[in-house]
Order: sequence, then structure tokens, then C-alpha cells
Amino acid sequence: MTERHLSVGTIVEAAIRRHGQETYPHECCGALVGRDDRVTDVVALPNTTEEGPRRRFLVSSSDYRQAERRATELGGELLGFYHSHPDHPARPSQYDLDHAWPTFAYVIVSVAAGKAEDMTVWYLKDDRSSFDEGTLVYGENSDSDPTAAVHGQTGRS
Amino acid sequence: MAKILIPTPLRPYTDKQDAVDAAGATVGELLADLTRKHGGLKAHLYNDQGKLRSFVNIYVNDEDIRYLQKEQTPVTAHDTVSIIPSVAGGVDAALDVRSVRLAADRDLPQLTNDEIKRYSRHLIMPEVGVDGQRKLKAAKVLCIGAGGLGSPAAMYLVAAGVGRLGLVDFDVVDFSNLQRQILHGTPDVGRSKLASAKDRLNALNPEVQIDTYETALSSENAMKLFEPYDVIVDGTDNFPTRYLVNDACVLLGKPNAYGSIFRFEGQASVFATKDGPCYRCLYPEPPPPGLVPSCAEGGVLGVLPGIIGVIQATETIKLILGTGEPLIGRFLLFDALRMKFRELKLRKDADCPVCGTHPTVTKLIDYEQFCGVAPVAPQPVAAGSATEITSVELKARLDRGDRVKIVDVREANEYQINRIPGSILIPLGDVPKRYNELDPDEELVMQCKSGVRSGKAADFLRSVGFKRVLNLKGGILDWIDKVDPSQPKY
Repeated sequence: MTERHLSVGTIVEAAIRRHGQETYPHECCGALVGRDDRVTDVVALPNTTEEGPRRRFLVSSSDYRQAERRATELGGELLGFYHSHPDHPARPSQYDLDHAWPTFAYVIVSVAAGKAEDMTVWYLKDDRSSFDEGTLVYGENSDSDPTAAVHGQTGRS
Repeated sequence: MAKILIPTPLRPYTDKQDAVDAAGATVGELLADLTRKHGGLKAHLYNDQGKLRSFVNIYVNDEDIRYLQKEQTPVTAHDTVSIIPSVAGGVDAALDVRSVRLAADRDLPQLTNDEIKRYSRHLIMPEVGVDGQRKLKAAKVLCIGAGGLGSPAAMYLVAAGVGRLGLVDFDVVDFSNLQRQILHGTPDVGRSKLASAKDRLNALNPEVQIDTYETALSSENAMKLFEPYDVIVDGTDNFPTRYLVNDACVLLGKPNAYGSIFRFEGQASVFATKDGPCYRCLYPEPPPPGLVPSCAEGGVLGVLPGIIGVIQATETIKLILGTGEPLIGRFLLFDALRMKFRELKLRKDADCPVCGTHPTVTKLIDYEQFCGVAPVAPQPVAAGSATEITSVELKARLDRGDRVKIVDVREANEYQINRIPGSILIPLGDVPKRYNELDPDEELVMQCKSGVRSGKAADFLRSVGFKRVLNLKGGILDWIDKVDPSQPKY
């Protein structure tokens, strides 16, 4: 089985980490937009969970629709979502597994005591039994405007 | 027939199409037709019971079918049906304690063949298993006190294979401990509790590292002592230490497996987890000193700490394994006489002085003073007059024929066990209504078991105008040690 790779530019990586730190001790969430396993933009989304944002996140269906529209506007497609695990390792939980969608890339950033640490990416197995860990490829993201990397920063914390 | 819009993650199952046609008169029929044509979709839309998954939203035009007729919602060829994902996730609730994060972050140690044999009854349960046993082996637990609660808690934790167990105590084993403190045996009387505990625990399970701290827990040493451990088990018997353990756990972010016992009743909870309440959310202030008697004063049923201490050990193990529903936000009350458990809901108090949103306690304080055990300003006493007398001095004065009245302020059942000849009994609680039985001009010596209750009685009498009141230092225990060893101690 070939392992999937997800390229994230320096700016995208920094935006995800920053979002996780800003919403700490709550979970942050957002959409990953790009093409061909390469994330070019992230769209920060509000965490609408009613089960306690310190350990849950929920992207509502209307925000999901907005994310798909935004992806089209940016000339890419929706590659997946990122979220943070405050004071918890960057590994998917049973809850993540139970709620995962196929083919999407799930980026998890661990935020320990307010500081973003490990970042990982996961893909749901087709039989939903578990996740396969992918590889994050970091690097320069020359085709993205630094100031435009985070769109619609509306995360409630 | 209607058009169904397919979201990005499901398009690989519909040959990359973002819209497909399906047949049916209701949403349910339409989706059934869709999954017949595109079999790969089924597992992602429906759960094992054949119900739509909770994070799958179906819209007819712009209305969520949950607000229409659900899967019975009728559809016509003019309607557009959309499958819209809710994207959700998070960390596992039961794992949401810092201790487990530490355990999970550490490289979990492997089990030896001996350990696999020893823990086989754990290993065959999927809720523990090899991974859980390795978590236990990686875990470090600190028990405050090697007495009534600490005994069963430490023994079961060590038997269960916790990797490292610390014990804090400074006491010596006494005959009166043996009725409940099962770590210690009759030959251990007179030994340090920690030496006795270490021998017992090493015999039980030599795989476990036992750390002993022969010291009184204090604001000066608590943070340093707690630091290396994942879970703290509070087996203390007094309010100053209980508040100290609570506050240190909150400040360090370490869960506190709490238990307490008195006579026939016990309490247990898990405090100071990240989102859970702490002891101060329940009791922001300690009770007035003397109001709640200690076990030494009020007694305790010997098996009671067995029950409560084992609950503390159970909760500790659950926290480490990340299994089950911990006693977080739940306060368990046990009544041994009625053999009943009750449970109170506890909420984290946003105004809690230590774990609230704007804490006023941000470092450890003087807990003796906080609990009123050591008042800042001692009761004013006329210059030159003494407030205490030792048992040796009292004996000498009695032998000289001095007229002093000894007032025993213990309870009647304590008075039955031992007493100073010639003493009269007025239990502490009765002193305010019976002090007029005493002559204000007579010299009084107040006495109890060890000098604490009688000190309060002496303060009270001085406050109502008695001039010559002395407190017997060390109480009847000191009297028996120094003057009359023929009497029994309790």
C-alpha cells in the first residue's frame, strides 16, 4: 500500500498552528483547500459543537457548504479538514474515527499548554476500521499570498 | 426520480460525479436506490444498524430532512437532494486527563514474560489488554498517607501493576492503626509506616518501584513531591492537607483521586481534571475548626477505608487506562450502616478560587491558617500567666495537694476507656451550655485525648471570663506515657 502524502506550505502550516493556539484550550477546526494532495489555502471555520469545545469540534452543514463554495472560488477543491487536540497527542481518537469521511485528509495538530506541537495527517480506511497515517510534506508555498492564506477567520473561541 | 448532489469525499464512489440521479418517491427510497447503484457509499452513509449516520445531513432543496419527515420526506423530480457532511471530531472524553496524555506520550514499556503471567487476568480483557497493562506499567501514582485509605489503595494499585508508586507519610505504626490499616501488621507496631508499607508492597509485587517520602506534606514540598506523578491519591485525614492536596493538583493539572471516611460513612470523587470540578468547587471554605471531628476523635469502622480506598484505586486505574466513566463531576456518598451508595452531581464552579476563570489562589498558601487550626492571633492572655501545663507538672501539683479541677472534654465513650482520676466530664460540644457548672475562681485544667479539643475549650472559657484555665499539653495520651502507663491508650 502506498502511503499518501499531503503537501503543506510553510504559510499553511503556520496558519493551522496559529489557529490551534488562538482557540486553546478549545479545539479549532478548518477546511483544507488545494489540488492534487497539495494544500494551498486553509479556511478557518467556527467550532459549533455543543458538547464542550475543549474536546470536540463540529463543522455545521452550512459551514461545510460555505467551505465547498470557498474552495471552488479559490480554484481548488476541498481536500479535507484540520482540527486541534488541546493537551492531547496528535493522533485520531475513536470519536474522530466514528465521524470521519472517506478520502478527506484529516490534519491534527497537538496543542500542549497553549503551544502547537506535533502535526499529523490521517486518511480513513475504506472499511472505516481505522485511519492510515499519511506523510505531511512541509515546504515553501510560493504560489500563495501570505496575507490571504487564512480566509474567513471567524473561529469562535 | 430526483437529482442527488454528492459531496467531495463521496465522489470517488460515484465515478467522480458531483450529481447523480436516483429513483424513489421519498428520501429513503432515493438513498436506497443510490446505494444500490453505488455500493461503496453504504458504509459511509449508514451505520451497522442501517440508520443514517449522525454526521450525514440530507437536505431537500434547502431544508434538513430532520425538520421535514425525515427519510419519509416525499421528493419529486423537481427537488434537489443534497448530502451535506457535518465534520466532527475531538479527543476521547475518557482520555481527557493530563496523566493519560503523559502516559500516551511516553514510549510505553514492554511487558516481561513474568509480567504477562502475573497480569493475565487483565490481559484477557479487551478493556485492559496488553496496551492497557503497558499504560499501567508506565503510570506513576502518589498516595498521600499510608494509613486507612492509603493501605488498600496502595495494595491494589501495586497488585494491578502500576509502574511506580510513591507514598508520603511520617507516622509510626500504632496498635490503634491495625483495626483498618491493612498494610501494617502486629510485628510492625513501632516501625515507621513507610518501612512497613514498603516491605508489604515489595512482597506483593516486586516489579513495582516503591518511592517513600518520610515527611509531612507541606506547602513547601508538595509541588516538588507531586511533580513526577500522573495521579495523586488523597488519603489524608485532615482539612489542611486535603485543601493542600487539592490546590497542588489543580495548579499542576494532575487528577486527584479523592476519598474520605468518618465513622460509618465515606465519600469519593475525582477532582482537578482539566474540565472537572475540584474539592473547592464543592467546599470553597473549610468547616469551622472543631466542627467536624477527625477519625481519631469520632472513630471509624475498620472496613470502611477498605471500601473507599479501593474505589480510589479503581478510579486511578480507570484514569490511567482511559476506560469507563470516571467519577469526574460526580460525588459518591457511601453509608455502610444502610449499605447505600448515593451520587451527587458536581459542577465546575467558574468562581472557584483555585480552578475558576479568575483564580485568587495561584500558589500554595498556609493551610493550617486557612483551616483555622493555627490562628494568626492567639487568644489574648494576661501577661505572665501560663496557658499550658504538662502531665508531669500536673501530677506534681496534685501530689502536693493543690486544688485544681481537671475537666475532660472528650466524649463519654472515650471517658470510659481511660481517664485521669478525679476529672469531671463535659464534652466539648456541651461546654458552652454547661460552663456555669464550673467555678470561675477555681483553677481549671482542661484535658482531652491529645490537647486539641481541650485547647479550644480553654480558649472558650477564657473568652467568657475564666481567669485561671490551663490546657493539659498532649492530653491523656501524654499523661499515660509519662505518669500512668497502666491505663490503655486508644
